[in-house]
Order: sequence, then C-alpha cells, then structure tokens
Amino acid sequence: MSEEQHASSSSSSFPEEVLDNILHFLPTRHHRNSFSLVCKTWYRADTLTRHELFIGNCYSITPQRAIQRFGNIKSLVLKGKPRFADFNLIPVNWGAHFKPWSTCMTSAYPWLEKISLKRMLVTDSDLLLVSNELLGFKELVLDFCEGFGTTGLAAIATNCRQLRVLDLIENAVLEDASLEQLVARSPSLKKLRLNQHVPIEQLWRLMVRAPQLTDLGTGCFVSADPMVQVDVQRDLPLAFAACKSLVSLSGFSVIVPEYLCTIYPVCANLISLNFSYTTINTEQLKSFIRHCHKLQKLWVLDIIGDEGLQAVGANCKDLRELRVFPLDVREDAEALVSEEGLLAISEGCRKLQSILYFCQRMTNAAVVAMSRNCLELKVFRLCILGRHLPDHLTGEPMDDGFGAIVMNCKKLTRLAVSGLLTDKAFSYIGKYGKSLRTLSVAFAGDSDRGLRYVLEECPKLEKLEIRDSPFGDAALISGLHHYYNMRFVWMSSCKLSREGCKEVARRMPQLVLEVIVDPLVEDTGEAVEKLYMYRSLGGRRSDAPKFVSIL
Amino acid sequence: METVAKYEGDLNLKATELRLGLPGVEDFEKQKTPIVRNNKRALVETGDDCGSNNNSDISDARDRDLETAPAAKKQVVGWPPVRSYRKNSFQSKKTEVETSGMYVKVSMDGAPYLRKIDLKIYKGYPELLKALMAMFKFTIGQYSESEGYNGSEYVPTYEDKDGDWMLVGDVPWEMFISSCKRLRIMKGSEAKGLALGL
Repeated sequence: MSEEQHASSSSSSFPEEVLDNILHFLPTRHHRNSFSLVCKTWYRADTLTRHELFIGNCYSITPQRAIQRFGNIKSLVLKGKPRFADFNLIPVNWGAHFKPWSTCMTSAYPWLEKISLKRMLVTDSDLLLVSNELLGFKELVLDFCEGFGTTGLAAIATNCRQLRVLDLIENAVLEDASLEQLVARSPSLKKLRLNQHVPIEQLWRLMVRAPQLTDLGTGCFVSADPMVQVDVQRDLPLAFAACKSLVSLSGFSVIVPEYLCTIYPVCANLISLNFSYTTINTEQLKSFIRHCHKLQKLWVLDIIGDEGLQAVGANCKDLRELRVFPLDVREDAEALVSEEGLLAISEGCRKLQSILYFCQRMTNAAVVAMSRNCLELKVFRLCILGRHLPDHLTGEPMDDGFGAIVMNCKKLTRLAVSGLLTDKAFSYIGKYGKSLRTLSVAFAGDSDRGLRYVLEECPKLEKLEIRDSPFGDAALISGLHHYYNMRFVWMSSCKLSREGCKEVARRMPQLVLEVIVDPLVEDTGEAVEKLYMYRSLGGRRSDAPKFVSIL
Repeated sequence: METVAKYEGDLNLKATELRLGLPGVEDFEKQKTPIVRNNKRALVETGDDCGSNNNSDISDARDRDLETAPAAKKQVVGWPPVRSYRKNSFQSKKTEVETSGMYVKVSMDGAPYLRKIDLKIYKGYPELLKALMAMFKFTIGQYSESEGYNGSEYVPTYEDKDGDWMLVGDVPWEMFISSCKRLRIMKGSEAKGLALGL
C-alpha cells in the first residue's frame, strides 16, 4: 500500500480509486471545489484529477500558483477584461495579457488540448508557442480577443494537426491559403467559425472538403468573382446537403437574398443560427424560418421587425436562446421591434432560457407576460436603447416589469436592466433574486438604497457591473461581507470617492481595487470615475499601466 | 471582397467628407496592429464624452433628460452597449446600400441575356476588363486615351448618371464606379463613333 492509501484509510474510508471514480461523476467545477474542501486527501484527489482549469479573472491568481495547484490540466478557460471593455469604457493597454499564461501553461501542461480565451490580449508569438509546444492541441476558441493576426493563426492552422475546433468569434481574418490547408489537413475539424471574408466559392470548396463539419461560420455570402467556377445556385445546396452533420450556421455578413435558398437543405437540422450580421428583411426571414423547426439558438437583427419575431414564435417551438440586435445603434433610431415582438416570442417559445433584446420602446405588461410564459428563463437582458425611458404606454417606470421577472423566473441567474428604474426595482431584485449571479445596471436607481438592496440581499451575486447610477461610498461599504464571494464589481460614473474606495481597500486585504482614470485628464480629484474591484490571491498586479492606480 | 470601413469614433467624420469615391474603399487594412487603431478610437471618444465624466451631474443630467426626453440626447461613451465590431459592420453596410454603382447590369451586343456584376469587388480597370472578357468570351485591344479601344472586335461602354454612353476607361476608377449605371459591350464597328469623340 502506498503512503496516500495509508493516510486515506485513517482519515476517510475511501481508497483512492473510489475517490477518483466519484470525482469522475462530478459535473462541474463548483462541485469539485466543494469536494476539495472536505479534507486533505480529497483535496489531493481533485488536484491530481481535475482536467479543466477555469479562471474567470486572469488577475485573480498568478499562473505559477495555478500550476502548483493542478498538475494535469487538459483544458484552459481564461477570461481577461471586464465586459464593459467591449463598449470602450476601458482604455487600451489596460492588461489581460496572455503571455505570462502561455509561457507557463505550455511548459507545465504539454498535454493541454483546449484553450479558450475571452477578452485577452493574445499575440502572434503566443499562438506560435502554442502551436509548437502543444502536440495534441485540439481546440482554440478566441472570444473577443485582440493583438494577433494572420501569422499566429497560420501557425495554428499549419502545426496543429489534430485541430477539431477553431472558433474565432468576431476576430481576425485567416488568410485564404491557410484556411484551405487547415481544412485539408484536419479530418477531425468539426467547428470552423470565422465570420469574415470567406467568399462563396471558397466556402463551397471548404464544405466539399469537410463534410463532417457541425458548426460553420461563413463570412461573406456573395460571389467574389463573377467568373465563378462554381454554379452557386446548383452546387452550393448540394455542398450544404452533403454536410449532414451541420447543425450550426453563423456569419453571412454580406448576403445576396437570392442565395438564401441555398441553405434550405440544412434548415431542418439547424440548431443554431446566427443571422445577426445579415440584413435580410421580414419577408425573407419568414420564408426561411418556416423550415427551422429544430432551432434552439437564434441571433438576428431587429430589421426583421415584430412581424419577423412573430414568425419565429410561430415556428421555433424549441427555441432556447434569442438575441435581437439593433441595426441602427442610436438612441433615437426608428423603432423596429417593440413590446409586441417580445410578447410574440414569450407566447410562442415557452422553452426560452436566454434572451437579449434591444428595442426602442417597451411596456411593463409585455415584460410581465414574458415572466409568466417563460418560466425556464435563466438569462434576461433587456436593453431599451433610450436612457431613462419609461413604459411608453403608461409612462410608469419599468420597475414592475423587471420585478415580475425576478419574482416569477426562479431559475434566473443573469439579469440586465434598462429604462427608467427607481430604487423599487432594486428592492424587487434583492427580495426575489436569490439565484442571481450576474447583474448589469445602467442609468438606473435613485439613491444608495438601490445598490444596498442588491448587495445585502442577493447571496449568489458574483458579477456586478454598474454605470451612470447614483450609488456612492455608503452603498459600496454595505457589500463588504460579500465581496470575497464575488468575481468582480465594476462601477463607473457613479458617486464614488477615493476615500470611500480606500476604506474598502483597507478593510479587505485580498480585494484589489483599481481606479481607472482617463489618460487625457490630469487631475481627477476625489471623484472615482471608474472602479474595477476583484478578489485576488495574486495581489497587486505588476503589469498595471499608468492610468490604473491600485488602492 | 467585402471591405469594412473603420470609422474613427462615433462622430463618423469620414462619412461627411466630400469625395468622389465610394466610402470605405481605401480604408480596408489588415488588422495587424489593432491596438494602435483602438487607441485612436478611445481617445477620440473620451474627448467627446462630456456626459458621464462628472459624477455630481448624474442626477442633474437625469432630471434634465426627463424634461427634454423628446429631444436628441448627447452621445455618451459606450451607450448603447453594442460592441464596436458590430457597430462598424453596419456603418459601412448602410453607406454601401445608399451609394449607387454596386451591382450593374452588363449587356453584350448579340448575347441572348444580360449578366450582373458587382463593381465594388474590382480594384481597377484591368481587373474589370479581364472579368468581362472571361464572362462574355471576347477580346479587346489596348486602351489608349486618344483612340479608345481601336482595333477591337468589341468595346466596353457604360451609361453614366446623366444617361450618356461613355467609353470605359476615360475617367478615374473611383469616379467610374460611382457614376456607372450599366455596362454595354458594344460591337467595335458601332463604337467607332464614341472613340472619335462624337
């Protein structure tokens, strides 16, 4: 018997093999985290057998410490900048460099198979390192990352012979030649999502070479060259039909409506469709969506209108996730979708779990209806584009609508609010949002009371992002008991002062408080314009730029 | 190939510039150094941002907003919360739709049906002419300013915004694609009149 087994038989009656077996069945990292807290033996078992390393904030821990804890990682998920960086609220060069992680991980985990990065700064040399050091590398997902170009991607395409997934969500372009090389060399390639600049002729060639594709992101859906060698109307439907496993389509950044019908052969199998870069109109959508009965995920533009959404509600009974994006991103643009579209979706798609809905106007009644019809909702994100807009029929704040959502949707974990909201809305969130993990607030609330409701009463809250709301130091202090349970708090254009933030920093040594100043403004005085606060075992980070002051 | 115009900041200065070419034509650059590009955008926008810098103005601003709700609101950084990538995709697309000279019909004397081509995908006359020759299986001779396509069996012509039939190649490319409404491959014998400047 080994040393470990002697120890385990005294502290617990489970031999290692049994522990490993149990661990195998634990579905998520949250379960594993709980498991590892029981005793040293169980902690060690987790250390040795955990295969996926999930780091929700790259600054919460140093890479060196991470590799000390876990010895055998096959999959790395790493997230960097806070989400509000997407909206230009964080100056460039704030951080989230992949480099310290790439050097550390490639040497500590040579059998690493998957890397999934979100909002990180990734360079070509990082990708080159990955492609050279990780022999069994299978999946690369780069979500909203930047800093790399075609060189790095070409290295991945050339060197990673076992690549199954290449998912570049809203990222750079892969050069034509490498793309075809990649597909030719990768018989296991299942997911290819590029979403940019892949003209139809090349798309056809790629599909013909890779009929095993399950996920395809297309890019341009037009012919680049009138002297096409492929007869689009005839050959493309055949190519699509040959991809019998195709269940997910995205891209279509430029689409000629006549080519839409070439996709019809796959509609019946489609589970996921991203048309959010496609300016097809209501009629085109209606004739298309009739075929998509299995659709579970749909991303569209609001130009399809309430009528288009009614067609979705009528045809896509299995819909789980819907995102409706605005074509015209202005506060006072023409209203293309409204409460009617939301109502139609809520009545037709009863299995809905996640919704992101941009609109120019909304009513409490429609939101309440959704809260009653869609009881499976986990994610409810409503963005009324005009700031502080009330219910456009009653003139009332949107408090009751959002209140109904938190009250009726017991599985709700993520909420984003908008429109005119008083502290009452937050009292509802505090009272009913007991499962809430992520909350996004903008231009809402009356006083500190609003934020206090949330911090004092939402026990599961992990991620909080607030902008332009009248919450100050007193509200910030009210959350001290909870901040170590959270991944981060973002507050910008609120009423925070340096003194208040320093107080929090003093009392919470393992919390990092970053005050981000506008690089152009010399003296900001007492007011804190942007606060990014997160728990960390790594302490103050060494790569903070000048415009970040860590309290 | 599709070009994506990168506009600097929300002010969309490029769209209001006076120029003859289509917007976005020369703006296509490979994203080798996106950091530099984003830097510019951030600076411009924080410079413009007067709505959300001053904390004590928040409730005042809100009251003001409520009073003047129907009026156009001044722009604020990062609102609406739509990613730049998405915003930029459609800014360029909208101007594409608004300008003329994208898909044009091409007819050839003697051919039974017309074709359609997208002028935007060509970088210049040589490419366009090559494509036309391949499409319709004809040849043309060298172009010269003084004599046009003298000696060719066929001659490429186009109808411009004013309704006049012009010889392809006389004006700068940018001007051509913004004014060309349709193309016609004329028989050489018929085109003699054009070349002689009648």
